[in-house]
Amino acid sequence: MSASTVAVALLLGFAAGLLAGLFGVGGGILFVPALLGLGLGQLDAEATSLLAILPTVVAGTWQQRRYGNVRWRAALLVGSASIVGVQAGVLIATSLSEGVLRRLFAVLMLGVAAYLAWRARHPTPYAAEA
Amino acid sequence: MRLVLIGLVAGLFSALFGVGGGILIVPLLILATEIPQRCATGTSLAAIGITALAGTILYALEGSVDVDVGYAALVGLPAAAGAVAGTTVQQRLPVRTLSLGFAALLVGVAIWLLLP
Repeated sequence: MSASTVAVALLLGFAAGLLAGLFGVGGGILFVPALLGLGLGQLDAEATSLLAILPTVVAGTWQQRRYGNVRWRAALLVGSASIVGVQAGVLIATSLSEGVLRRLFAVLMLGVAAYLAWRARHPTPYAAEA
Repeated sequence: MRLVLIGLVAGLFSALFGVGGGILIVPLLILATEIPQRCATGTSLAAIGITALAGTILYALEGSVDVDVGYAALVGLPAAAGAVAGTTVQQRLPVRTLSLGFAALLVGVAIWLLLP
């Protein structure tokens, strides 16, 4: 792994965090391509991205908690229910080929880009404080 | 009940793509529940903590997939700093320009992924 690859990974990591802090969009959308750039396969990159999300959401939740912006009961319900969905997602992801998964991920990125562009044109109160 | 449905959908999305799912959770919370907009992001982040932890563990238990702790730290730790910086300085940043910039970055990376 070269120094420039590490530098790009660090930069993309920081950019992913900025994205999370500014727009409430999780960092995974940039973690996965950064990890692909470091040489991981699509599935390994996705699994590793989920682990990388943890420090980001802990830091983000900590910040939001200070402003009283966390509804803990709702978060616990959504989070607990998500575990069932996660199991299904892992099953589907591991049954798809890496190439198909990678193209699906690229389509997701284009969708998020469209969402951000739309948000830029239609600023909402929550865009300003997310 | 609505919260449970949001969780199910977000969990599936999260594990399939290796993302947190906030892009689904935040708008769904605002549209489908009585949670005010200003609480949706914070609540989403806390929920994603559980989702991402479950995803990491389930993928790690899946024999064929590697969760690389070193690489996760390499991108995850600067991201934590970025998240704090993002929430702290957002009032002084041109958010509109930034979101267009990020959109362009995502389109560029998506094209890189789609190239054979």
